[in-house]
Amino acid sequence: MLARLLGPQKRNLWFWIFTGPFVLGLIVFTYVPLLWSITLSFFDARNTVTPTHFVGLSNYATVLGDSAFTSSLLTFAVFSLFIVPATYALSLGLALMVHRLRFARAFFRSVFFLPTACSYVVASLIWKMSIFNGVRFGLANTVLRWFGADPVAWLSTTHPPWYWLVIVTVRLWLQAGFYMVLLLAGLQRIPRALYEAAAVDGARPGWQTFRYITFPQLRATSVAVVLLLVINAFQAFDEFYNLLSTANGYPPYARPPLVYLYYVALGQGQQLGVGSAGAVVLALIIAIVTVAQARWFGLGRKEA
Amino acid sequence: MTMSESTRSDRASLPLPHLGRRGLLAAGGGLAAAGLLTACGSNTGRGSGGAGSGPALSQWYHQYGEAGTEQAVKRYAAAYKPADVTVQWRPGNYDQQTAAALLTSNGPDVFEVNGPTLDQIQGGQVVDLTAEIEAVRSDFNQAVLAPKIFDGKVWAVPQVIDMQMLFYRKSLLKKAGVNPPQTLDELVDAAGRLTTKDVKGLFLGNDGGAGVMGGTPLFAAGLELVTAQGTVGFDDPAAATALGKLHTLYKNKSLLLGAPADWSDPSAFTQGLTAMQWCGLWAVPQVQKALGDDFGVLPFPRDGASGRPAVPVGAYGSAVSARSKHVAAGKAFVKWLWVDRTDFQEDFSTSYGFHIPARISLAKRAAKLRTGAAAEAVRLTTEYGHANPLLWTSASTSALMDATNRIIKDGASPAAQVKAAAATAAAELKRVQKQS
Repeated sequence: MLARLLGPQKRNLWFWIFTGPFVLGLIVFTYVPLLWSITLSFFDARNTVTPTHFVGLSNYATVLGDSAFTSSLLTFAVFSLFIVPATYALSLGLALMVHRLRFARAFFRSVFFLPTACSYVVASLIWKMSIFNGVRFGLANTVLRWFGADPVAWLSTTHPPWYWLVIVTVRLWLQAGFYMVLLLAGLQRIPRALYEAAAVDGARPGWQTFRYITFPQLRATSVAVVLLLVINAFQAFDEFYNLLSTANGYPPYARPPLVYLYYVALGQGQQLGVGSAGAVVLALIIAIVTVAQARWFGLGRKEA
Repeated sequence: MTMSESTRSDRASLPLPHLGRRGLLAAGGGLAAAGLLTACGSNTGRGSGGAGSGPALSQWYHQYGEAGTEQAVKRYAAAYKPADVTVQWRPGNYDQQTAAALLTSNGPDVFEVNGPTLDQIQGGQVVDLTAEIEAVRSDFNQAVLAPKIFDGKVWAVPQVIDMQMLFYRKSLLKKAGVNPPQTLDELVDAAGRLTTKDVKGLFLGNDGGAGVMGGTPLFAAGLELVTAQGTVGFDDPAAATALGKLHTLYKNKSLLLGAPADWSDPSAFTQGLTAMQWCGLWAVPQVQKALGDDFGVLPFPRDGASGRPAVPVGAYGSAVSARSKHVAAGKAFVKWLWVDRTDFQEDFSTSYGFHIPARISLAKRAAKLRTGAAAEAVRLTTEYGHANPLLWTSASTSALMDATNRIIKDGASPAAQVKAAAATAAAELKRVQKQS
């Protein structure tokens, strides 16, 4: 009996020894909180995680009726509209340039990749305190001063919304290198024979080759990169929170969904029910967008 | 950070240190571990002897910036014999940490709280301390005791009072020919005239004032956040007028924005980035050291015919968790430290940073608060002090803050924004009063 349970060569035993800890971790740290959160979303859970007052869908009505939540979704949309194309274009540009290098390729690859290792919190603080602070000795304002312009309070100006410049540039700097490496790997997988054949057929190097050979061949990588970028944009929290929050709270602009949920559920409000409902709505949106995007791009289908 | 790191008291003004998504999760996951650590009690600050007597209590404080405070509270705890008290000094988002810890049984027994909030009281997370405080109830500053009272019961013992006020640089005002502003209009005018290419007129925080101002401009306009009847007290044209003037400050480019340190730190003022700054009593020693006597302090100036000057005040309270295994021992300890031991209370108030003792008899005795700007701060607190009422919940706070923010920075219609914030506050007031 025991022998049968263990399987041939004790394979079952080894299977659980190797996967068990991870399955356990997944259950304890992912599935249980997930299910608990879904449960909480149907209760009036204020300052408690073991609520007793069932309220049905009213938390969902609250969160969807809250203009702060809907505007946070809009904030996300605007943010991803900026950050996804910008990161993709920059990463691709960097990848193409590094790919063409004859020498010091590893050096440049590392240099551009390095910011990935930097923490979002640290980078945000540098952006906020030294580069884009509002006083005359901030780096950006020092540059403006050379041209005789007045200093700009980058993070406090809503007309025009200069804060977007700060938010987008910090993420661009942090993540461009990482996606460059992904695209570089994609570039290296394109067979040389294709370029040779194109050259024989009279394709000019440069734009024409890029347009008809490189870009289509990068399709699978590009799809994965864009998908990751969108999901990451959805999960944006660190740089927004660290750039814009003050001791007293968060301004009513540039408030992405996670920052909104943080203040609802984990601030002094402790409205865990409403917060969980918001989290479920957000998770559904991410799932739908991801599935739609994958279908649209044909992710997972066999390359023709 | 500086000494001002942690000494603010009005509920909305606790400093949030920087935190990332991972940090957030780690904090949540760490709670259980923190509870275990409490049980192990590494450093009780006590020497040999006396340990092991009575039940083990864990007491939490938020991190005060002033040197010596941590050692002081550990000394107090060690002097208590009936129980074995372990002090936890907690840096970081203290309000969030305690709020989360109170959900578990691994939280503190006795803790300092920037509240407690109405939800914490109604949720049964803190215990009634009325009997403990009763003998000396009238000796507490009533303005800061009031928000600790709900249903006629006292839910926390106020420790020390913190207050905010306006600092101005005498020499800069003199040079510009400006008198210390007595009305909001004069403040707007003074800030404009004090603004030069390199120095701004006024610093109300990096967000332009929406965060720290809170109810202060409304108090200065003669209004209230919540009336005695428990209804919204600022749905009034005077509120829109006062908040509209904050927009004028912003529009005139008289406000310092985006300074490296926010309003609670006097560096922008002492470094000459601004001629006037909204800060608090805690900053007085630091400003004195940097500027000598080249500064003065003012309340937030009055606005309109029925206006009065205003200063926000508040107090951290000492509360006992309802989930504690030793509620009675916790209550006895709170009574001992924050009611009986006036010598420790006095030491805590003025030996490290500047705070006003919550006990009137002690406040009168405090030598360091008898001269100069500190004495003026005490007078302003007594005459013009406003604490946020208990019924003013965090949802109302953020509604008003959002409204103020839109008025100041976007030039949104003050009347419409005040209406919107009043509607949210009215719904909140209805919710919390229905439950009681």
